[in-house]
Amino acid sequence: MQHTISVLVENEFGVLSRVASLFSGRGFNIDSLTVAPTNEEGLSRMTIATRGDEQILEQITKQLNKLVDVLKVIDFSDDSAIEREMVLVKVTAEDENRAEVLRIVDIFRAKIIDVTPKSYTIEATGNPVKMDALLELLRPLGLKELVRTGAVAIGRGVKGWKG
Amino acid sequence: MKMNGARILLECLKKEGVDTVFGYPGGTVINIYNELFSFKDINHILPRHEQAGTHAADGYARATGRVGVAIATSGPGATNTVTGIATAYMDSIPMVIVTGQVPTALIGNDAFQEVDIIGITRSCTKHNFLVRDVKDLAMIMKKAFYIARSGRPGPVLVDLPKDVQIAQTEFAYPDTVEIRSYKPNLEGHPRQVEKAVAMLLESHRPVIYVGGGVILGNAADELTNLARKLSVPVTTTLMGLGSFPENDTLSLGMLGMHGSYYANMAMTHSDLIIAVGARFDDRVTGKIATFAPSAKIIHIDVDPTSIKKNVRVDLPIVGDVRDVLARMIKLSDKQKEKVVELKAALAPWHEDIADWKTKHPLGYKQSSTVIKPQFVIQKLRELSDDDAIIATDVGQHQMWTAQFFQFNKPRTLLSSGGLGTMGYGLPAAMGAQAAFPERQVIAICGDGGVQMNIQEIATLVQNRLPVKIVILNNNFLGMVRQWQELFFDKRYSQTCMELPIDFVKLADAYGAKGFSTSKPGEVEMVIKQAFKEKGPVIMEFKIAREEKVLPMVPAGASLNEMVLNA
Repeated sequence: MQHTISVLVENEFGVLSRVASLFSGRGFNIDSLTVAPTNEEGLSRMTIATRGDEQILEQITKQLNKLVDVLKVIDFSDDSAIEREMVLVKVTAEDENRAEVLRIVDIFRAKIIDVTPKSYTIEATGNPVKMDALLELLRPLGLKELVRTGAVAIGRGVKGWKG
Repeated sequence: MKMNGARILLECLKKEGVDTVFGYPGGTVINIYNELFSFKDINHILPRHEQAGTHAADGYARATGRVGVAIATSGPGATNTVTGIATAYMDSIPMVIVTGQVPTALIGNDAFQEVDIIGITRSCTKHNFLVRDVKDLAMIMKKAFYIARSGRPGPVLVDLPKDVQIAQTEFAYPDTVEIRSYKPNLEGHPRQVEKAVAMLLESHRPVIYVGGGVILGNAADELTNLARKLSVPVTTTLMGLGSFPENDTLSLGMLGMHGSYYANMAMTHSDLIIAVGARFDDRVTGKIATFAPSAKIIHIDVDPTSIKKNVRVDLPIVGDVRDVLARMIKLSDKQKEKVVELKAALAPWHEDIADWKTKHPLGYKQSSTVIKPQFVIQKLRELSDDDAIIATDVGQHQMWTAQFFQFNKPRTLLSSGGLGTMGYGLPAAMGAQAAFPERQVIAICGDGGVQMNIQEIATLVQNRLPVKIVILNNNFLGMVRQWQELFFDKRYSQTCMELPIDFVKLADAYGAKGFSTSKPGEVEMVIKQAFKEKGPVIMEFKIAREEKVLPMVPAGASLNEMVLNA
């Protein structure tokens, strides 16, 4: 089962590799990982998309919590979070395909950010599942290049991560 | 007062109460050694190899309960400590390892003797630090010691570049330390503790299964007290030996692959296992699918990751084992009637266990012509002091020691349980002897393992550390040979150490004393003579070459499928 985990970490030297090597050393999967500073000085937030059964997920969160630099681990396994991902994709767009690409872009509320006579570059943001759907539709038209940021997630409701 | 980083390091060690360090000089720690030259508050022991220095710090830590400290230079000095660090990490031993590093300006340039020891040790330390500013040094040392000894203990490495050792700053050691992202949970949840006592009082076939956590958490008294009050049988892992007196009738000895038949039968038939500071290692559980099929499991551990890692758990309690056990005692004291009922209800269970003990006790066939290793171990127990400290290597001799020595006190067995490091015994004994110059310290080794750090005899002689080294010599890498005999058609591939070594001459060459015998009738005499010597001694016993460690649960088999005689 796919899980999205937020990890709040001290912005210390080597913290990214501590987290990454924990996953590789213990044989856990990483589907995507993003990291950037938060509004609080010295704190960064990682969002990790991972897979595993309940027991593996429990180990992942416990092992992450055990790292000295990890302040908090939040497992968004249910619908308690909103997830977003950004995709930049360069698509072949010639002749009749140009209109088709534009239609798809419109449906997904994406944007064209670069144009050539033979291609469009598209910027899209949304739930990762939606991004998959967008790419499914674009794929037959010819994907030249694809970049995804990986998911970021934030809890729903009035409360922040501190509760 | 302003001082340089090297001096600050030593002042920090002094503030932490460190009296002994094990270290090896080199280019990037020469400034530390320059300060040490006139620093009288710390006893420094120079091993002959950094791996041994790290094991010695580990042995010191296991024997005393304090944080062991090792120093090594950058590059090869640092990489030589890695086996020692990994050994300590697997067994949760509190240590601080200080490594020199090339000057900060050169880091990443492939400088002479540069290695990324922070990267290398990331997965075998509890935490590690690179000190980039001398102003941070005191706080980092404070944090290093705090992290090493608190919660589930472990080794912490501090990498100290040469320019930071030279740079000057005001020294002030922080009184307190607060790490917002590191707060070990020490207090077991009161409701969970209550439930545990209730489950225990209602059980019919309970077993307390004890690991090294009880020794690390200084909870042997509480454990013994609880087990005796409720008359619950106790089995320990290799790391837990000494936490409960093995001469008590409630003791089942060690469980697992080479554990006693009765311990493994008790686990298999139990209806309630109380795991205390143990982690259900594969050497303990055997085949997981058939492990303790009818037992509920209560798991008490300070480290939440140990719980539910390998087996299902019915009642987890995260907390300091000493605190949790003490509260369990208090709670059961309040329910005197139920305790009486429990004891009565346990009578048939004790009978079952007594039957298993009679049916298949630990044993061996004595011989009048060739020395049986088990006999040597029994004689060592008989002739050594009650509080003697035993260090072992890894392999057959380690298991015979675990089976036959009979450990009655905590911190009297030093052994590499998790990593299984050959070459650990001799330097670990050295560290323990440095901590307790007056106590009897015995290193029990095989002929394979002892040769992995044999150079440390020089350190023993130089520092007047009177370690008694026992070598059970079968000219084999015995445990691997045993597996080859049982599971690989006796194809003894590369396990025969064909060159006979004259260990008496070897001892002599180092300025130590050496004895050797191959006669069962001389075992006692050799041990007595060796124990009389004031300095370090080698006792070589040429033992039955193909003696096996039995009983044995073959790898992947269930605990109740023990090979008793092969």
